[in-house]
Amino acid sequence: MNPRGVGAIYRFEMARWRRTLWQSLVAPVITTALYFLVFGSAIGSRMSDMAGIDFGSFIVPGLILLSVLTQSIANASFGIYFPKFTGTIYEILSAPLSPIETVTAYVGAAVTKSVILALVTLVTATLFVDVTVDHPLLMVLFLVLISVGFCLLGFFIGLLANSFEQLQFIPLLVVTPLTFLGGIFYSVAALAEPWRTVTLANPIVYLVSGYRWTFYSVEDVPLWTSLLAMGLAIAVPLAAIAWIFRTGKRLKQ
Amino acid sequence: MSETVIAIEGLEKAYAGGTRALKGVDLTIDKGEIFALLGPNGAGKTTLISIVCGIVTKTGGSVAVFGHDIEGDYRAARTRIGLVPQELTTDAFETVWDTVAFSRGLFGKPRDDAYLEQLLKRLTLWDKRKARMMELSGGMKRRVMIAKALSHQPDILFLDEPTAGVDVELRRDMWELVRKLQADGTTIILTTHYIEEAEEMADRVGVIANGELVALGRKDELMAQLGRRTFKLFLDQPMTSLPDGLSDWSLRLDDDGATLCYDFDSHAAETGIPQLMRKLDELGIAWRDLTTRQSSLEDIFVSLVHQGDRS
Repeated sequence: MNPRGVGAIYRFEMARWRRTLWQSLVAPVITTALYFLVFGSAIGSRMSDMAGIDFGSFIVPGLILLSVLTQSIANASFGIYFPKFTGTIYEILSAPLSPIETVTAYVGAAVTKSVILALVTLVTATLFVDVTVDHPLLMVLFLVLISVGFCLLGFFIGLLANSFEQLQFIPLLVVTPLTFLGGIFYSVAALAEPWRTVTLANPIVYLVSGYRWTFYSVEDVPLWTSLLAMGLAIAVPLAAIAWIFRTGKRLKQ
Repeated sequence: MSETVIAIEGLEKAYAGGTRALKGVDLTIDKGEIFALLGPNGAGKTTLISIVCGIVTKTGGSVAVFGHDIEGDYRAARTRIGLVPQELTTDAFETVWDTVAFSRGLFGKPRDDAYLEQLLKRLTLWDKRKARMMELSGGMKRRVMIAKALSHQPDILFLDEPTAGVDVELRRDMWELVRKLQADGTTIILTTHYIEEAEEMADRVGVIANGELVALGRKDELMAQLGRRTFKLFLDQPMTSLPDGLSDWSLRLDDDGATLCYDFDSHAAETGIPQLMRKLDELGIAWRDLTTRQSSLEDIFVSLVHQGDRS
C-alpha cells in the first residue's frame, strides 16, 4: 500500500481545483443560480405545481445533479487527461502505485469537488426558492454515490481520450442532453405517452428521481430502481477502467 | 564480486504497430557503477529505460531490480528507482518546492523538508523554490526534473539524454552531481548522444543498435577490443599514387598526397609497422613527422552501428 502516494495525487488535484476556483466552483454555481432565478423566482410562480411541489423548489435537486454530473466528468477526465497531454504521466506510471490507488486518488479528489459544488449550489438555491431536505443523510449518501459514478466515467473518458475535443464529446453530446431530458424540469408522470415510456430508457431519470426523493419524498420511479441505477453508474465505468488497466491500453505502450 | 542491481534477461518489446524495439537484450548493472547506453535515435535506449521504470510494458523476457521482478513486485522495484526523462515535462502552474515534494510523496516517502532543502540547494534551485515551473528557463526545468527524480532518495538513477539542449555550465554541474551521487553509492544509468561524455563519465558502456546490444564492456576494455589505431606519416614530397612496393599494407593517401595513412589493429601480434618503415626507407620515401591515434568510442560506435545495419 502507498497511502502517501494516493495523498500526493489527491492534494495535487485539490490544489489545481483551488487555483481555478472561479472556473470550477463559482461559474457552475452562478449558472445554476441563474436557473433558480429564472425558473424559480421569475416565472416559477406562474407555473403549476409539479407532483404537488412548488415548481421552483421541484427543480432544485435536478439542477444540482445537472451541475454535479457535468462537473464530475469534466474534473475527473481533465485530471487524468492533462498529464497524458503534457507528458507528466510518466511520473505517475513509474511510481509504486497500484491501479486501484491511482483511481482512488484521482476519483477521490474529483468526488470531493463535486460534493462541495453540490452543497454550495444547494445553499445558493435557498436564497431564491424554498428548499426542504426530508432525508439529509440519504441526500448526502446519494450525492456521493452519483458523484463516484460520474467521476469514474470521467476518469474513463480521460484515459481513453486522445484530444481535448474527445474529452468534451460525451459530456456535451450525451450527458447534458440526457440530463435535461431526465426529469429535471418535469415529473415523468406529467408526460404523455409514448414519451413517458421512452423517458424510462434514460438512466438519468432514475438518478434524478432518487435524488429528488431525498428532498421531497416524491418519486417518479420506484426508489429501488434509483438505487440500482446508482450501482450501475459505478459498476459500469469501474469495469471499463479495470479493463483499460489490465490491457494497458491508451496509458502504456 | 559486486552486487547486481538490475538484471535484464532476454528483454523483448514489440509495439502494437509491429515495430520490434528490443530483440532479446541481456544486461546486468552493478551497484555503484555509471553505465552509459549508447545508440542512435530509435535504437531502443528509451524503450529499455521505460520498461525498467514501468512506463512501457515489455512483451518478453524479465527484469529484476534488486531482485524484485518489475511486474510481480513492482512496488519494491520502483521505490528504488528515480527517472529523469528526456522530455522536459512539468506541471506549469506548480511551484518548484511543491512539485518536488509531490514526487517524494508519490513514491511513498514521508515528508522531509530538510532533505528537500539540501537537494534543492545542491541543484542551485533553492532561490527558485517558490517560482512556478512556467517561470523557469529550460536549464532550470531540467534541474527540477533531476530534483524530482532524486526526491525519494533512489538507489538507481536513470538519466535519459540528460545533456540534450543543456548549456555547458549545467552540463558540468550535472556531471559533478552524478559523480557525487556515485560516491554516495547511487547507481547511474544514462543514455547520451555525446560520446565523449560516456567516454569521460562511464565505467561501462553498452552499445545498442536496432534493438540489440551489439557491444558491452568496461569502457577501456571496449576500446581496447574494438579500437583501431591510425598511423600517419607526413611526407616531404606529396605522392600522386601509392608505389607498387607498398601493396602489402592497406594504405591510403590523404591531404592531396601529403599524408600517408595506415589503419591497423592495435592488438594484433604483428602491426606491420616496422616492415612498413623499412620498405619506405628502401623506396627512398622521406617523411618529416608521424602520429598515431587511438580510435574514440565514437568511431567504435559508428562502426558497430554500421555492422548492425549491414547484417
